[in-house]
Formats: sequence, C-alpha cells, structure tokens
Amino acid sequence: MKQDDFSTLISRSDPGPGDGGRTGSWRVLRPVIDLGACIPSKTNKRACFNCWFYCPDGVVSKTIPPVIDYEYCKGCGICAEECPAGAISMIEEAHFMEEKNDECI
Amino acid sequence: MENKTSILNLTEDEFVHPGNRACAGCGLGIVYRTALKALGKNTILVVPPSCLTVLQGLYPIAAAKLPCLNVTFASTGAAATGVRAAMRSLKKNDVNVVAFAGDGGTGDIGIQALSGACERGDDILYICYDNEAYMNTGVQRSGTTPQGVVTTTTPITGKLQSKKDVPSIVAAHKIPYLATASAAYPLDLYDKVKKAASIKGPRYIHVHTPCPPGWGFEPRYTIKVGKLAVETGLFALYEMENSQLRLTGPSKKMLGKPRLPVTDYFKSQHRFYSLGNDLINDLQAQVDHAWDAYVIHQ
Amino acid sequence: MHMIESGNVAAATGVKLARAGVIAAYPITPQTPLTEKLSEFVASGQMEAEYIPVESEHSAMAVCIAASSAGARAFTATSANGLLYMNEQLHWAAGARLPIVMCVANRGIGAPWTVWNDQQDSMSQRDGGWIQLYANDHQQIIDSVIKAFYLAEFVSIPVMVCYDGYLLSHTYMPFEQPDQTLVDGFLPDFKPKNALDPENPSNFNTVTLPDVRPDIHGNIAPGYMEIRHCLHQDMRKAMMVLEEIDMKFQETFGRGGHPFVEPYLCDDADHVVVSVGSLSYHFRDVIDLLRKEGVKVGVMGIQLYRPFPDKAIVDALQGKSSVFVFEKALSYGNQGPLYADIKAALYPCDNKPAMHNYILGLGGREIKTAQLLETVRTACSKPKWLGDTPIWLGLKCQE
Repeated sequence: MKQDDFSTLISRSDPGPGDGGRTGSWRVLRPVIDLGACIPSKTNKRACFNCWFYCPDGVVSKTIPPVIDYEYCKGCGICAEECPAGAISMIEEAHFMEEKNDECI
Repeated sequence: MENKTSILNLTEDEFVHPGNRACAGCGLGIVYRTALKALGKNTILVVPPSCLTVLQGLYPIAAAKLPCLNVTFASTGAAATGVRAAMRSLKKNDVNVVAFAGDGGTGDIGIQALSGACERGDDILYICYDNEAYMNTGVQRSGTTPQGVVTTTTPITGKLQSKKDVPSIVAAHKIPYLATASAAYPLDLYDKVKKAASIKGPRYIHVHTPCPPGWGFEPRYTIKVGKLAVETGLFALYEMENSQLRLTGPSKKMLGKPRLPVTDYFKSQHRFYSLGNDLINDLQAQVDHAWDAYVIHQ
Repeated sequence: MHMIESGNVAAATGVKLARAGVIAAYPITPQTPLTEKLSEFVASGQMEAEYIPVESEHSAMAVCIAASSAGARAFTATSANGLLYMNEQLHWAAGARLPIVMCVANRGIGAPWTVWNDQQDSMSQRDGGWIQLYANDHQQIIDSVIKAFYLAEFVSIPVMVCYDGYLLSHTYMPFEQPDQTLVDGFLPDFKPKNALDPENPSNFNTVTLPDVRPDIHGNIAPGYMEIRHCLHQDMRKAMMVLEEIDMKFQETFGRGGHPFVEPYLCDDADHVVVSVGSLSYHFRDVIDLLRKEGVKVGVMGIQLYRPFPDKAIVDALQGKSSVFVFEKALSYGNQGPLYADIKAALYPCDNKPAMHNYILGLGGREIKTAQLLETVRTACSKPKWLGDTPIWLGLKCQE
C-alpha cells in the first residue's frame, strides 16, 4: 500500500476573516466618527489613533481619517469611550435602517 | 521597564482576523491582538479550551494567522514543552513557543503542567488571560475569581474565598521572567511580551482581562473597568526578574500617592452587587497592606 | 548483536534504534527501567533526543502530542494507572492522527493497588483509536517497537506496544539487537503531512460543528463524523500495511511472519487455546505435554488486538471443535474482551467452535503450568459451550 492511501484528515483550519460571519450584524449601536473633531482628521497629522489601538477586533484603520469596517465592527463602543476628543458617537442602527428604507421608497 | 512602544509606532501588522466569535468589547480580543503583534510571525501557539478556543474560530476557519495547536484542558504547559522539544529536535530554535490559556486553564486544571514546565526550566512563554471565572462555559467560579464575586456557581452570597494568587505561585518556581499586565494597558502588555520573547527559559505573563458579560458591565467600558482595577490598587502591574519585584507603568506611578477607593471598582460591575461593607473594608485593608509592602520593596 | 537483557531494556533499545526525537518520561512500575535506560542513552550521548522528565503521565502524552504535531518522532511509556491517567490524551492523539509510539508494560489497575501483571490496563483502552501490538518475548518487544514507528507514521495512527509487566519487563532473556544501519535503511524518515509551521500557519484540532461547513475558499470541508470515519477506515487498512511491514522486516532482519496471530500446532488441532502476550508462550509447554497425551490441541497468541484481525482469527479458528480464550482482563459485568471479540468474529461462520472463557492471573496471581494443563485437558474432554459466564481460574479463599 502507499502512504497516500491513508487519510491525514484532521480538524485543521486555515486563517481567514469572518469565522463568526459578518459580525457587523451583531451591532445595536454604530460608531460614527465626527471628522471635524477627530484629532488626526482635524490636524491631518498621524496622531492619537486610540480607536485603532483599543479596538478588540482590529476593525478600525490607522489612517487619516480612521475608517471603521462596519462589516465586522461589533459595536462595542470602546472606541467611542476611549476617544480623547469625544469624536465618536454611538448611534442606533435603527436610524440607519430607516435611512435605507427611506431611500428605498 | 521603559515603555519604548507608543500607539504611533506600534506595528499595523494584524495577526487576528476580524469577524471572530469573541463577544463585543472582549478584553481577550485586545490582549490577543496586542500580544500577537509583539510575538510576530515566527510563533507557534498552544491553546487549551477557553474563550480563546471560540475566538480562534470553528473548523475549518481560523481567526489567528499564526500556527496554533489546540490541546486538552490540563495539558497546556506540557504541550508547549512538547512543541519546544520538537523544535529543538528539528533544529528550529528561533521559533517563539507560546501557551495562551485562561485563568481556570492556568491556575486550576492546568497548574500541574504549568508548574512542571516552570520547574524543568522549559523554554516557553506562558500567557494567562485572567477573566476571573470560567467564562466560556458561562461564568462559573474559578480559583482566581475574587472574593465576593457572584458567579453562576457562587450565587447569592458571592465567592467566599480569596482570589488565588497565581503569579506568586509561578514566581515560587524562580523563573527568569514574570510579569503582570492588563488588557486596559495594551502598550505595557506589548512591551512585556516583547521583552519576554527575548528571554530564554520559562516566562510567565498574567494578564487581567475584563469580560463584559461575565463581570456585568457595558462592553464600551472594558478599558475603563480594567484601568479601575489598576488605579484602585486591586491589580498591580509588575515585572519580576531574578525574583525581584518591580512595579511598572501606571502602578509604578501610583507609589506613594493616594489610590482610588476599591469601591469605585466594585461599583463598576454587577458581579460585586452582594458585597457587604465588612468585606469591602476588609478588601480595602488587604489592598492597603499589599501597597505598604510595595513601598518598602521598591 | 546478541544481548541478554530485560524486556524494558529491549524496548528502550528499540526506541534508540528507531531514533525517536522526543521522549517524555514519567516513572511507573513496571515500566520504569525503560525510562531509566532511555535517560542513560541520552545522557551518555548514545542517543540524540530531547528527554523530557514530565510531572505526570497526562503531561507525558501532552508532550508527545505536541511534539508529534510539530513534526518530531515522539515516544513515551507507561503502565496501569499511568495509562488510565492519559485516557483523554490517548483519544486526542488518535483523533489528531499523531503517529506516537508508546510502550505499555502491562499491569493491573487499582483499586486495590497492585503493581503486578495483568492486561486490564491496555485492554480497557481498546476503543480509543490506537493500534495495539502485543509482544510475547523480548525479541518481539524490540522488533515490535521498530515496526511500530514505521506503521504509525505510514498510517498516521498512534501505536501501543504492550508487553507483560515483570514476566517480560523484568525478566532477562537473550535476543538479537538489530544493526543500526539496517534499522536506518528499514525505517523511513518521519515526514508528516500536518505539522505546525509558522511558514504555513494553520490551527490544529479546532472546534468542529455537528455538520460540515465551507472553508475560506467556499469549499465544503468534511466535519467531525468524516474525520472519525477516516480514522476507522484507515485503522482497518492498517492491517495490510502491518503485513507489508512485517514482510519487509523479515527480508531485512530474518524474523517475523506472524503479524496478526501466532499459531502453535494449530493446523491439525481440534481445540485451540487463545491468549495474549507471554501467556501464549507459557501455553506452548502445556500444548507439548497434551500432545504427548494424544490431545490434538494448539495455542494461538494474538499479536495485533486493534485493529482486530478478525479474518486471520476466523481463518484459524473456524471448523475447530472448541476454542478456549484465556484472558488477564475482563469487561466487568460481561466477558473477557478478547472472548467477546472472537465470538463476534465467528458469528457469521457455519462451523462455529464451542467457546470457553477463562479469566486468570489478575493482579499477578500466579499461573501454574499444572493448573493450565488440568484446565485445558478437562476442557478438551468436554468441548461444549459452557455459557458465556467466564470461568475464574486460581481463585482462593472464595466467599
């Protein structure tokens, strides 16, 4: 017999995003950045980035302006809580759904 | 320890994929993300059952971009030793071998294997994320649950016994590097992991890790709650090399200064709701006593 | 090279010749001298291996699991309660398809404490997904250890090499030590398909869901049931590989030829005694005596217990007048495990022999040739079914 006749099938998983699905759907509140108040956005300098730094899911970019990946952001609100400029507001997802519905009409 | 890393120069390399199954606001999410940044690509992880098993993904998808071996609950320390032994046997000596376990997996069921690895002087880094109960199974008490905390197996009165001091137990093995850290101070954690990775022999980092659903606070307060544990003096950040304890970062700055009262921390979480005044006074006295000792030893 | 040494040293020498890379060691009677010998081999530079003196058997198997997952040839040894302390790890090693080799110096299980020989320890691990080889003498111990690494790594299934505590582990017998260059030529390098590697990162033994699930490329990946099904299928196919390995071993070293069962005077026998381990060789004296009396009886030793070599057993036993299964293990509340397995294997046959089940030697209770002689002589004179309740031999002071 050949060694290839034998399976080596084990639970072996390859890295990839979205194991838990589009975790953005977990969100009740959506973090929205006020670019007028956000320090790196306002000053156009690489500064602060607390939102990127403290995010447990790594879904905020370290860019000017910081961008939140809403596909995976779970809406925990840590970024809003830790933003020294108070530039991030947590807004009810229902609000955006209404907006979308309005567009549809 | 000098904090060399800042938010601005912290690497943008990410080793954990988004869309994983950790709860919103998970303290472990911050700990894992930060620690893996410090460890880098040339690392093999060993993980027992814990919240991390869930965070890391369900077959056939993995959240972490590093090789990882899932092992049985009681075996983490020994399994990390086994990976290191294989690396030595295969002449691949530059790989970081890192065990990543919860507090139950470390201080309760896993303590024998951890103690064995430390005593043998095995060349592994062991990171314990301490969320102070069995969170993955739904918040049951562990040895590291603090006194007075209500869990699903310490209802009504809360836990009667004190928190097991796992770092001190590990320190008794006189390992070359030991540190405590907190999810609320990721840079301090990053630098400690980085430093630990550069040292040979058994190394241990115990990371205080707030858990929003298990501790009973809004997910947005993970950092705030973690900081309160440090600012009240309940959880001290330190390093131990050659059995010499040295407070670090925010804890070091607190020496000789007034601390926040422990009630500020207890009020921030639902799990402490059954604490009575006598126990609160007792716990405050314990913290004061511990800090008197820190002042003498620094 | 000819040696006169203990069974434990024969096992240790086999491990050295197979060039195991990682050895996890924890003492337990009667396996301990094996572990001691390996430490001597490593400390003296006769063997290049990582020797890990772990703090428990659970950790011994953890070291082996992890080292094997990382691509090293891993070995450990144990007995009795040590084997049971590993229990979850044994299942884990099999499910993770890790070609670990472990020697088990068979010993009874507490309570009450016994350090003496029976086979309850490894027999109680028969359902865990490990291949189980049983050696009957020192030559078979050293040869089986070398073959075990080959087999384990070829089929990606862990292998237990079992031999009787004290009766083989501590007695001294002459045996041939295979030549290192011949072993190197015989045993291929370990090149696992799954190995932890930072250059090719993946997560091993990840939690599975009840159903199958797409992977990151959208392809449906097999799930828990499929993984376990493959283990079973491969375990069955492993018998063919063992046969081939045994032939290759015979070509290289001039020994072997009975990978599944080892019959002695069975061809023309009306009655066949079946047992496992050194007892099957002990029975050869009994068979010789009975043959002189004109009783047509033989003995068959079971060399491979898992996967169960049912075809070889049926071929050897069907058409016989009677089969007597002597066991040093019991499935409490039922029968001896080997008896139950043989009976099940013979079930489809038209010409089923009558079967008796004898339980003996538990906790090291002495087994005397005269006692075996009398039992088999009587059994051969009344070769009928006695019912499935096992007959206990050697009981004293019975309540």
